[in-house]
Amino acid sequence: MVEIVVKAENLTKLFEVKLGFFKTLLSKESLYVHAVDGVNLDIFKGEILGLAGESGSGKTTTGRLIMRLIEPTSGKIFFKGKDITHLDEDQMKPLRRYMQIVFQDPYESLNPRMTVGDIISEPMKLQGITDEKEVEERVYKILTDAKLVPPEEFIFRYPHELSGGQRQRVATARAFVLDPDFVVADEPVSMLDASIRAEILQLILSLVKTRRTSFLYITHDLALARHVCDRIAIMYLGKIVEQGTTDQLVLEPLHPYTKALMKAVPVPDPSHKRIEVVIKGEIPSPVNPPSGCRFHTRCPSYMGDICKKSEPQLVDMGNGHLVACHQYSKK
Amino acid sequence: MTLLSVQNLTTYYQIRRGFVRAVEDVSFSLERGEAMGLAGESGCGKTTVALSLLKILPPNGKIVRGKILLNDLDVVKLSESELREKIRWKAISLIFQGAMNAMNPMYKVEDQIVEAIRLHEKGVTKKEAKDRVAKLFEMVGLEPERAKGYPHEFSGGMRQRAMIAMALACNPSILIADEPSTALDVIVQAQVLKLLDELKRKLNLAIIMISHDLSIISETCDKLAIMYAGRIVEVGDVLSVFKKPLHPYTQGLIAAFPSIYAPKQEMSAIPGSPPNLLNPPKGCRFAPRCNYSMDICLKESPSLIEADKNHFVACHLVHK
Ligand SMILES: Nc1ncnc2c1ncn2[C@@H]1O[C@H](COP(=O)(O)OP(=O)(O)OP(=O)(O)O)[C@@H](O)[C@H]1O
Ligand SMILES: Nc1ncnc2c1ncn2[C@@H]1O[C@H](COP(=O)(O)OP(=O)(O)OP(=O)(O)O)[C@@H](O)[C@H]1O
Ligand code: SF4
Ligand SMILES: [Mg+2]
Ligand SMILES: [Mg+2]
Repeated sequence: MVEIVVKAENLTKLFEVKLGFFKTLLSKESLYVHAVDGVNLDIFKGEILGLAGESGSGKTTTGRLIMRLIEPTSGKIFFKGKDITHLDEDQMKPLRRYMQIVFQDPYESLNPRMTVGDIISEPMKLQGITDEKEVEERVYKILTDAKLVPPEEFIFRYPHELSGGQRQRVATARAFVLDPDFVVADEPVSMLDASIRAEILQLILSLVKTRRTSFLYITHDLALARHVCDRIAIMYLGKIVEQGTTDQLVLEPLHPYTKALMKAVPVPDPSHKRIEVVIKGEIPSPVNPPSGCRFHTRCPSYMGDICKKSEPQLVDMGNGHLVACHQYSKK
Repeated sequence: MTLLSVQNLTTYYQIRRGFVRAVEDVSFSLERGEAMGLAGESGCGKTTVALSLLKILPPNGKIVRGKILLNDLDVVKLSESELREKIRWKAISLIFQGAMNAMNPMYKVEDQIVEAIRLHEKGVTKKEAKDRVAKLFEMVGLEPERAKGYPHEFSGGMRQRAMIAMALACNPSILIADEPSTALDVIVQAQVLKLLDELKRKLNLAIIMISHDLSIISETCDKLAIMYAGRIVEVGDVLSVFKKPLHPYTQGLIAAFPSIYAPKQEMSAIPGSPPNLLNPPKGCRFAPRCNYSMDICLKESPSLIEADKNHFVACHLVHK
């Protein structure tokens, strides 16, 4: 039987929009960004679950909620069966060793005043691993695994002395150094070329294989997700619109949005020009998301009133392939 | 006439343990209206090339050798004030890696671009600059009224468009985009790349597109240069480099690229690690990782030779 490591139930996050002083006086109600809206996810032991979708769809917010870095507006989060939704930071601390996050932006997430060596050993220090020798060994090993070699050339450098991709690898090394059970990896290889990327992904895959680590792998690179993830969930404006095994989503996408995403994936072949951009415009404002199906304003299969007025629910099309679109709603 | 000709550009960074030899003997040229992709492993020196072209290296970085001829003017020799008057923004503009967050959150987007214009072109009035911003916004597909907004009100794609508008504010002939779409999702990415392609045609703009993503370069560029550990190892017309890569590193790079429709597989990597740039290998810098390496590869650095028409490679396997 599959063991569920992380479970998100009806997870919702609204951010209050900060208006200028006068605007606050004028408008009676507060406005909210519906960043994540009723998301359910099960992440199994030893699996890589991909979370994909357009910029602003709520992927990072979902990851941060699960890590308990921000407070959910409503909903629950379970880690290994334990409800962690309301634990305070002291109660979370012993769990942090087992749950790690690789932040999306290595330009923002690395402390500019710390050296690479300090950045990577910090999580160990926080967890009370003080044996100098052990710390050093682990730092050297993880730097080598992340291809920041020779390690002694990197441990004394500061983030500004690294290239973009090198910073990204430091962020990954930091998350992996304690051999966690669960990792939220937020675009961990977006700045890396294919070859080094393959190395980092092999590092991820080896953690999955040897330690049965579970990953929530956030990405907008579907070509990559295809080769890395066991299952994929697609988000649009704070909601999951489709979820299934990687093959189901790549080879038989059902939701019009997923289909459009798949068509927009670039192909590394100069004689292949990406055909017309399939859906126009950008994701609508999450402050005032469209009624009914949130995709209806851009949907090429828009079916009129039903899409505009009623919100499609996720339905199981067989073998765990879930989709939320009225084309598939039970008649 | 050739717009830009870079000859033997060599740039080092000084750190406590010595010099990081980030860019070594890099040469290439660019014509008006031509788009060149610059690709290669993380840390191979792509951003350093861009920073060198504008001479905006950090304090510990220095161009130690080489020429950057822009319409026959050597950028390397220019003083700070000449660079400001003639080169930066006006001739060459750069969209920085990670620039999506570079705008100041406290100021309206319009004000930031107006300030940039007035800083680089003396005598432009506020009103003129604002009109220009409106035109630029239209050109990059943003509603001109949006310029009155703050950066956080812009989505990723809109911010990238605004960055492009800002980079074009003083009508440069070369636009360098350093990883312009890594933070964008595929749909917005396709839109931004299409925009760059249109601008290239409309303005006869030369573009240097720095990206680790070969699929993006293959779509938008005429020419492709591959860097490895500070050196250009192969450069040529996009189709021939893709269809007939000559350098073993380029071959590995192309083979490592995942395609969405390929069956799920173990991703191939190029075995080994990039060299230590404080003390790079003496001969070919790729030799320690190369399957074909010969004696000469460990001793002599191969020079870039024209192996095919408009297709240059630096590898001892290829003889003229
Ligand atoms: N701290 C915050 N305050 C207000 N709004 C926020 C905050 N964090 C995120 N948002 C908003 O929530 C929405 C979802 O953002 P999120 O960062 O989760 O998207 P994402 O899917 O990770 O996008 P990307 O692919 O660009 O990283 C966006 O509209 C964003 O502007
Ligand atoms: N300020 C600095 N001081 C010392 N070394 C530096 C500095 N900036 C960059 N480097 C080093 O110079 C080399 C080239 O860096 P550069 O940023 O040009 O790489 P890049 O090709 O742009 O990589 P990426 O794709 O990861 O952005 C790297 O090995 C990097 O560690
Ligand atoms: S419910 Fe309607 S609008 Fe939404 S994706 Fe399906 S067809 Fe399109
Ligand atoms: Mg994000
Ligand atoms: Mg760079």
